[in-house]
Amino acid sequence: MRPVDRFRGLAQHRLFSLVPLAVVILLMPLMFTSAYYYRVAALVFIFAIAALGLNLLMGFAGQVSLGHAGFMGIGAYSVAIGPTHLGISPLPSFVLGAMVSMLVAIVVGRPILRLKGHYLAVATLGFGVLLAIAFTNEANWTGGPDGMTVRHLTLLGRPLRGAEPWYWISATTFLVGAAFALNLIESPTGRALRGIHDSEIATRMLGVDVAGKKLMIFVVAAVYASVAGSYLALLNSYITPDVSGFLRSIELVAMVVLGGMGSISGSLVGAAVLVILPQALALFHDYEHMMLGLIVMGVMIFLRRGIVPSVAAAFAQRRE
Amino acid sequence: MAEFLQFLFSGLTVGAIYALVAIGFTLIYNASDVVNFAQGEFVMLGGMTTVFLGYAGVPLPLATIFAILATTAVGFALYRLAIATAHEADAVTLIIITIGASIFIRGAAEIVFDKRFHSLPPLFSSDPIRIGGAAILPQSLVVLAGALIILLLLWGFIERTLFGKAVIATSANRIAARLVGINTQIIVGACFAAAAAIGAIAGILVTPITLTSYNVGTLLALKGFASAMLGGIGSATGAVVGGILLGLLEALAAGYVSASYKDAVAFLVILAVLFAMPQGLFGKAKVERV
Repeated sequence: MRPVDRFRGLAQHRLFSLVPLAVVILLMPLMFTSAYYYRVAALVFIFAIAALGLNLLMGFAGQVSLGHAGFMGIGAYSVAIGPTHLGISPLPSFVLGAMVSMLVAIVVGRPILRLKGHYLAVATLGFGVLLAIAFTNEANWTGGPDGMTVRHLTLLGRPLRGAEPWYWISATTFLVGAAFALNLIESPTGRALRGIHDSEIATRMLGVDVAGKKLMIFVVAAVYASVAGSYLALLNSYITPDVSGFLRSIELVAMVVLGGMGSISGSLVGAAVLVILPQALALFHDYEHMMLGLIVMGVMIFLRRGIVPSVAAAFAQRRE
Repeated sequence: MAEFLQFLFSGLTVGAIYALVAIGFTLIYNASDVVNFAQGEFVMLGGMTTVFLGYAGVPLPLATIFAILATTAVGFALYRLAIATAHEADAVTLIIITIGASIFIRGAAEIVFDKRFHSLPPLFSSDPIRIGGAAILPQSLVVLAGALIILLLLWGFIERTLFGKAVIATSANRIAARLVGINTQIIVGACFAAAAAIGAIAGILVTPITLTSYNVGTLLALKGFASAMLGGIGSATGAVVGGILLGLLEALAAGYVSASYKDAVAFLVILAVLFAMPQGLFGKAKVERV
């Protein structure tokens, strides 16, 4: 095999699409002039991880969740409560958090995923709100509405302070998460999920365990959110119940839809828009919320399939 | 017993407001399949506009009427400018649009009004009436009576007028309605306007009891949506029963279980009901729309 052919084969591999992103991640810090940039970029990738998981659930399996921030809350409070109250160091707490999220997703997912459409929406919404209420009220454990401080994660004997390490960690995690998602989509499970999106009955007739597949993707999405929640808590060294609130859940859904349902890069674009926009709009002070609402409405009205698919379609049209 | 009666009164009052929000939800959902998360903002706009017109020296009855008209205009504008422009977008996209609208309306209220809590004087006296050892504010009775009148008027209008029949036809099947010569655009726009007006009236009625501020809409939209789902989405009876039930549950939970967990109990019950009856209490089978 000639080297050129080998390269061509590599370029056709589905994971090749992640290479440009990896290059951007490596080069972007060259433009960062202060820690603030690292922080905003880390936040973008953290929310992109959660949005990516939710996108698998919404974009591919066609199941909506309005309570997904609940799992972010579980991840966040695990790294907060573990070291402070239970004497577990941050790294095992982080893993434990992901496992708790997984368990909760299995237990809750089974009955919830039987519901359809708006009923699924309200049930997941209720689940998220319940968790947020619990985090607010169990003040002995969580510090109540004022929140609690989170200890630094120690990696290789060094505590991770500041935003820079979290930029690298969250960006790398996003790449790994995206690679996993791309593989999942191309697997038999991925095809079954897209089948569920198109027609649940037809997919069941083909002998697919629809309930099992739905539950599986719900659990995967929960773990993504849990990881993102843990990172968020460790980056901020502080956590309040807002992390799992209704507005956070809505924000995650908005990221998915804004970027483009069923688009991996869309999750990143959606997260970037909704994280960076408020930072940029802070310049407008009082008009911040008004502008945010207007932009969200505008994008959804004029690019209703989401930013990435709409732009891609526009490019494809021009080429013809 | 007196205690129970007390919880019952406060539950009914709050429940009536939830019911009004839920009926607004249902009206819009039936006409257009849109789940309108900006419904709570109408309630906020009604209360806040009345309050600030009052501050500006406008006599309250006039302020009330103007606030309802202004909110109605906002509701119609939401349909005309956002929903109709994005017509035939899928359900989740439409939901995000209404959430964007609610963020926008809240942001605008922050600037036009302010971030403080405000109240209105009650219609009658503020001395509670004693019934069987419990106390009920006259304004609570006003809220209940107001809710009842609105629901009866709405029911009469839908059932007894030609325009109401057109609304029913549009809810049943939009394309078929268009085929028999109904201008469904006008019907759906009117439903948005009516839902906004109902929300505004609810906001004005309840402000003397619960106060109002620029951000009361979010939680109300959440509770209203939950009420509509509890009753079964699309069912008007369900919306009213769901709203009252949710209000009662919250009040009883706050009284007997724990005040800080009252919202939790409401949502636990909703989850339980949905697990047992996946279509809500009064919902019809089928319908998958998201």
